[in-house]
This record gives sequence, C-alpha cells and structure tokens, in this order.
Amino acid sequence: MALDSVKAFLRTGFGRLEAVLDRAFGSRLNPLVHLGSLGFFLYWIVAVSGIYLYIVFDTSVVDAYRSVQYLTVEQWYLGGILRSLHRYASDGMVLFMAVHILREFALDRLRGARWFTWLTGAPILWLLYASGITGYWLVWDKLAQYVAIVTSEILDWLPIFGDPIARNFLTPKSLDDRFFSLLVFMHIAVPLILLLVLWIHLQRLSRPETNPPKRLAAGMLAMLLALSYVMPATSQGPADLATVPAVVGLDWFYLPLYPLLDLWSAGGVWLIFLAGSAFLMVLPWLPPLKAARPATIDLDNCNGCTRCVEDCPFNAVSMGPRGDGLPFARQAVVDPDLCTRCGICVGACPTATPFRRASALVPGIDLPDRSLARLRAAVEAAGARLTGPARVLVLACDHGAASAALDACRASAAAVALPCIAALPPSFIDYVLSRGVADGVVLSACREGDCHARFGDRWMTARIDRERDPYLRARVPRERIRWVRALPVQGAALAHAVDAFAAEIAAEPAAGATLDRRAG
Amino acid sequence: MRAAARILGQIAVYAAIAAVLGYFSQAPAYVHAPPGKAMIKLSFSHGAKAKGGCRRLTAKELADLAPNMRRPFSCPRQRLPVVVELDLDGRPLYRAVLPPTGLAGDGPSRVYRRFVVDPGDHDIVVRLRDTDRKQGFDYRTEARVKLVARQNLVIDFSPTAGRFVIR
Repeated sequence: MALDSVKAFLRTGFGRLEAVLDRAFGSRLNPLVHLGSLGFFLYWIVAVSGIYLYIVFDTSVVDAYRSVQYLTVEQWYLGGILRSLHRYASDGMVLFMAVHILREFALDRLRGARWFTWLTGAPILWLLYASGITGYWLVWDKLAQYVAIVTSEILDWLPIFGDPIARNFLTPKSLDDRFFSLLVFMHIAVPLILLLVLWIHLQRLSRPETNPPKRLAAGMLAMLLALSYVMPATSQGPADLATVPAVVGLDWFYLPLYPLLDLWSAGGVWLIFLAGSAFLMVLPWLPPLKAARPATIDLDNCNGCTRCVEDCPFNAVSMGPRGDGLPFARQAVVDPDLCTRCGICVGACPTATPFRRASALVPGIDLPDRSLARLRAAVEAAGARLTGPARVLVLACDHGAASAALDACRASAAAVALPCIAALPPSFIDYVLSRGVADGVVLSACREGDCHARFGDRWMTARIDRERDPYLRARVPRERIRWVRALPVQGAALAHAVDAFAAEIAAEPAAGATLDRRAG
Repeated sequence: MRAAARILGQIAVYAAIAAVLGYFSQAPAYVHAPPGKAMIKLSFSHGAKAKGGCRRLTAKELADLAPNMRRPFSCPRQRLPVVVELDLDGRPLYRAVLPPTGLAGDGPSRVYRRFVVDPGDHDIVVRLRDTDRKQGFDYRTEARVKLVARQNLVIDFSPTAGRFVIR
C-alpha cells in the first residue's frame, strides 16, 4: 500500500517533469523516455575516452599521478578533455541509471513478466559502481588515497581476507607497482562484465533501444564536451600515505556511502548495501501480483501468419511445430513467463475482426481475461449509451490519459478500456464507424515513443497509416479518427480533445455519406 | 520563434544536467578527518602460539590410522587469541583480545584501527601477548613521538624482529 503511494507520487512528479521536457524536446526526443539508451551512449563515451587514457596512463605508484597530470595540464586540449569526458560520462551513467530505475518503478514496469529485466538491473548497479570506484583509485591523488583506504576498510570487514587489505596503504613503502597493474586490469575487466550483464538485461526485450535518437545523442555529447572544457576534471594533489587525506572533494555519484564509514562501522555500510540491494531485487514481487492469464492460442483460428510474433515487444510469442495436423507448417506458441498481457498480439491477429457473426468471436490469439468478444460487447454497449449529433467513442489504453471520468459528464462520449492501444485490431475502428456505433473514434494512448508495452503506439500508428499488417481498411475516413497521446495525469487534455473532436464532427455531418461512397 | 524557444529550452535542460554533473562530481567537500588533527593507525597481522602443545599418539591410535596418515604427533591447529593494549600519554587508548582468523581458528589475529589525536608530543606504550601466559605480555614497546597535523603514524608489529615498529 505504501509502495503504491510512493509510485503514485513519483508518477505524478515524472508526469509533470515530462510535460515540461516535452515542451523543449517534444515527446520523441524527451530525455526521460530514452534514459536506458542514453546510459548505453554514455557507456560508449566512457569506453572510447578510456582507451586513450589507458594508452597514456603509467601503471606505477610514482608515475600514475604524474601521467594523469600530464594529460590534464600539458595535454589539456585532448587528454584533459577526454579525461573530463570519461569522468562526466561515468557520472552521467549513474545519474541516468538512478532516474531510469525510479521511473520504471513509478510506471510499474517491473512486475509480472518484466521481473527479469528489473532483477538483472541490480548487478548492473553494482558493476557500475565497481567500475567507477576502481577508476578513481587509478589517479592516485588525495581522493584516490581516501577511496583506497575506505574501500579496503569496508572490504576488510568481510571475513574472507587473511591479511587486511588496508595494510597495503599503511605507509608509502607498503604499496608496489603490481597493485596498480591489478587495478588497471580490474578497471577494464569490470566494465566488460558490465557490458555482458547489460546484454543479458535486454534479453527479454524485442528490438531493444540501445541507441538514443541522434539529435539527443548529439546534444548530450555537446553538453559533456562543453562541461569538460568549462570545468575540466582535475586531480586533488598527489597521494601521500604518510599524511591523512583529511578533506577531499568527493564524487557524490559514486561515493555517497563512503562517509558513512566514519559514522558507523563497515558492517553498517554493508548492511545498507545488502539490504538496499535485496529490497531493490524483491520489488517486482511486492506485493505478489495477481496477474491476469497470459495470451492463449486457438488453433482453429491460427494459420501461422507470424504477425503476433513480429509485434510482441517481449519475445513472448514464437513459432513452433503445428500440433493439430492442419496443412500449415507452424503455429504461434506463447511463453506464459514472458507474456505481459498487453494484448498487442491480439491486435495483430488477422482473425481478430468484430465483423464475424457466423461463428463466435475467437481469434487465433486472445487474452482470456480481456477477450476480444468482451471488447466487442463493451464497444457496442458504450455505443448504445451515446446520444447527440456527434457521438465519440474513446478507445483508451490503461496507461494513457485517465478516461474513466469521460462517461460520467458527457452523453456524447464514452470510453472503453484496453490493456494497450495496439491490443485493438484496426478492424474495430472500421466496425465502429461503418456500423454506426459512433460518429468518431478517439484513440487514447501513451505518449509517443513511451508506450507502457514498448511498441503499442508505434505499431498502431503504422497499422492505421497502412504501413504495417494488419492494415486499417482504406475506406475508413481518417478524419473520423483522432489520436490523443497523453500522460495519465492529463485526463483534462483528453476531455478537451474529445470535446474539440465532437465539435468538428458536428460541423461536418456528411461523413456518413463519405464512408458510404468509399465503401462503394 | 517557437523553434527558437524550444532550442533555448533544450539548452536550459542540458545546462541543468551539466550543472548537476559538474558540481556533484567533486563537491561538496567531505571532511574525512579534522585537518588540525593527526592520526595513529594500529595495524598488524600476527599468529599467536598454538592452543595446547603437541601430543605423542599411542600405539593403538597409530594403528587405527591409515598407513599414510601415521604421524607420531598430533598437534592442534587452533591458535590462541592475541591480546593487545595501546596506551597514549599514560591513558588506555585501545584494549582488545583478537581471536584467530580462519574457519579452524588457525589463521593470524589481525587488527586495523585508526585513532584521531591532537598534534604534539605523545608517549606511546604498546603491549602484546601471543602465548598462554596468564599475566604480563610477551612484547612491549615504548616511544615518544612528535606528531604534526595530518600526520599518519603507523604502529605495526614485526614477528620476525619480535617488536613493534612505529613509523
């Protein structure tokens, strides 16, 4: 219950922030919609800049600091800028990852079949921090000295080391060059393992977005370059183990837990880390989800066309050997563990047409708890309630603008809820308009490029524009279809759009004739 | 005009992200230890004597063992704890009984502690017991040191030299 309140609070906050960013970037380029791919982009900046830094870096106690200083001061125009890019892009990864986690949590994109993607995010968090912390160590300045001492003190709490690691940093003579070679190895190996886990993180997603839009990437790179020029990353004086690094300029993105060691014991730091990680990892099951039943295949209506396989955003549908002996080579197969019950597969099925009357409305693939037959019944019931010269039926995604209040205050508008806008077969729009169920159809969806089910608005747009199977028939008057892509908090915007649309329809009553003419 | 406003808006957003990254990547500064103080670190890793002596096995005990396992003596693996005391200017600064490490308790006892102290002249006495004696200590070192602000003084124990090393 408390989690729901936190989610609702965050959702409202993100909604408002996204609305502000939309005004500057538009919904397609809104950075909040591309946090994951921006993280990837920053990873590549860190990798490329790191390769150059590695070439120049000297892995010895005496020369590590000196080689970094050479880059920073004497070669500021190349090495200095690349060092700064390396640091700021690394910090950016932490920042975007944190916001990414919060936003996915707020939008409830972690439960059900999405648990895997969420869970594999936890090791990404650990590995990213391990990468950053070993990087700070390499510079071997005062901050590196502090990081080395505190890290080893935290690690020494674990009863797995024979000799305390912190003893390596007691005096200047305690440290040797091999230690830096080990650190360099770790600073390269850990990010490579991170890349592997990132790949695993995306395994259950179809067509994962690993590259942000080019304009957004260019803007981000320009910002980092400008920051690197204006505020170059610098060292904090050479490390000296004979003195205490009393005051350090801390990188609060990577080292926020380190000051805790001075307040509590290392055990307390570990407790926070482990408890925080455990809490993060069990979130998809807090509380256990009473999930609807996954999509099911009806073999009598499945001809193995593969459209559902193509459209599923979570790789939950695949093709397998046909089991009923009909003369089709293959049939669709649903993996219930991967199915998020978004219904996009139903919207893609060519047998999912409400015009069918001779037999029961059972498509080749359907959601048992939100079946197509029930959708048709709901559409007809909503249409029957509508009165007035311009009757508008709102087919609303659960995750778009709140549509529940529409029915209550308008006799000429009614809403029917869908798990995703692309769960609607395009033939339903034809059905609504050609059968006179309503005079206009509003498709209320998530914001462009930010579909809760990843590709719903994209596929539905392509179907209506006749660019993706199943196509909306050409005879359907496009002027009687209106898209509203809005956030859940923008219910008022939806109501306003519905009213404006109804006014347009009322001013042009000849649409029925247009439809008849096209049909003919 | 509208496009220009959007570009300005984007610049403002990028500037805000840059400000967050630029500032929190190195500020606010953190005071790890008071700059006007010095630090003493007591750290060593030292294995105490074994807990109990070796015992000669009886003929029957030897006969019960596999032929390749027949060694005449049975020696306990577990070590005694190390007792350490550190006094500063005549006052106790640290007292500890350090158990041996390892699952079988046969590893060295270890300690790593840091103490923030005032700069200036100090008398240091450090004692260690690594045997089963009931009274007194096996090692004792006294020193008078002069510490300056931010100095890191290390007290280590060298088992080979048989004494504490202060550096």
